[in-house]
Amino acid sequence: MANISGKYCIVGIGETVVGKRPDATTNSLHLEAIKACLDDAAIKNSQVYGLLTNQPLNDSHRSYAVKLAHMAGINPLFATDLALGGATPIAMVQHAVMAINAGMATTVVCVHARKRSTADPTPGHPIRRGDEHWEEPWGHFAAAGGHAFAASRHMYEFGTRSEDLAEIAISTRKHASLNKNATMRKPITLEDHQTSRMIVAPLRLLDCSLESDGGGAVLVTSAERARDFPKKPVAILGMGQHHPHFSLLDAPTLTTLGGKKSSEMAYKMSGLGPKDMNFAQIYDCFTITSLITLEDYGFCKKGEGKDFVKNGRITIGGQLPLNTHGGLLSQAHLEGQLHITEAVKQLRGNEVEPERQVANAQVGIVSGHGGSLAMHATLILGAL
Amino acid sequence: MSKDERGRPTRRGEPYMDEPEAKPFWAACREHKLTAQRCSSCKKIFGFPPQAFCPHCLATEYEWVALSGKGTVYSQIAYHRSWHPTYQDKIPYNVSLVDLQEGGRLVTNIVGCAPEEVKIGMPVEVVFEDFPDYTLPKFRPVK
Ligand SMILES: [Zn+2]
Repeated sequence: MANISGKYCIVGIGETVVGKRPDATTNSLHLEAIKACLDDAAIKNSQVYGLLTNQPLNDSHRSYAVKLAHMAGINPLFATDLALGGATPIAMVQHAVMAINAGMATTVVCVHARKRSTADPTPGHPIRRGDEHWEEPWGHFAAAGGHAFAASRHMYEFGTRSEDLAEIAISTRKHASLNKNATMRKPITLEDHQTSRMIVAPLRLLDCSLESDGGGAVLVTSAERARDFPKKPVAILGMGQHHPHFSLLDAPTLTTLGGKKSSEMAYKMSGLGPKDMNFAQIYDCFTITSLITLEDYGFCKKGEGKDFVKNGRITIGGQLPLNTHGGLLSQAHLEGQLHITEAVKQLRGNEVEPERQVANAQVGIVSGHGGSLAMHATLILGAL
Repeated sequence: MSKDERGRPTRRGEPYMDEPEAKPFWAACREHKLTAQRCSSCKKIFGFPPQAFCPHCLATEYEWVALSGKGTVYSQIAYHRSWHPTYQDKIPYNVSLVDLQEGGRLVTNIVGCAPEEVKIGMPVEVVFEDFPDYTLPKFRPVK
């Protein structure tokens, strides 16, 4: 199999204003993200041949991708909805690469938007999580619960403490404070974290991500075509996925997740390793998710995440800046779509506030994580 | 359908008694028996939710067997926020993942002790809580 590392690029990105968007709809946020992305790439909708998206949580139906393509004036030769929860935005980029590599499209837009902070009265059928009828009768309703199970077990196996998880929340908030398009910008302290109200023990409010309105999109094309676009292309160097279980009921472990095999695959494709990464945009639906993923990605040994995240290592200026945009914890929760656009901005250089630009950013890793800690996808991106 | 403050449907919070593969499980719970599917070919316990084919070897033949009801807490949490009106006066309450001795895992509650007394690795045994339309398996610490 020919290695496709570096042969496909992201040549356009779009981000909407995030936070509370009461006047927007789920549909309008998707369109806003697509338009921003096509403007950034200086390409017309008629020049886009593929569209990938994720079904809205409030409106599951047959092919949202095809509906959206036609709403956006795109007549797609390739389109589908992907459904991997928070691993979907990364999986979309991977599928775009595969479709272009297979000759089914030349340019593919990958778009994801959510309206979870304010109500969307647009009619629709809500999507199911799956297997909730084997969880809810015992009072387990929330993603916070699933991730609290992982945190509780990680604490039991490795002695991780709530104060260690706080390091991630504090650093991420610092990055959000430097990002004009972030929802929560007031810096927080260890005391703020430790006194924030318990949601599902051992996770406190400041271990939990936001519920947001907003969207993002990226445009993928081949490295040859990338030269025709105005912005500096960002190459897709490595890709991986792994989905080691579906529900909490069949998870072999909750302290090592799909990130281990997914990152191994991405490292192998790219010929790079953890030490080569200048930054990491690691899915952070909860602080524990990032801690486990940092271990699974080989930045430290299993169980040593609690020490790795200390002493400024994960803050801009440190060894491995983590979630330089403020992440799902403090910027906005759009299932990690903005982890990808932020990685592209860091690698382009000169696109983020100077205080949060990672110096000499050449290579970065991005993770997606979905479901009951079940789905995982990895991208390694590099400046060309 | 009732909706929450953001217009999303309220969670159901009850088991689906008419899920075809799971009907024998819920019927046995009604008689205070904990059961699981055991594969006739590889002899392994299927796990939950019940399904038509063995998840280990894809065999189609299985039997419902009575379990010992003994298990171990794999992980435990305490909900301090209610996501459903029926839990408003129960917080904080425990939810645990219990690995059953013969195989398989359930999301369940540890009862008979305070949430802070539930520990990972704790041996537990099944008890049943009857509701008007169904019976739920829950667990208590082994004395
Ligand atoms: Zn079998």
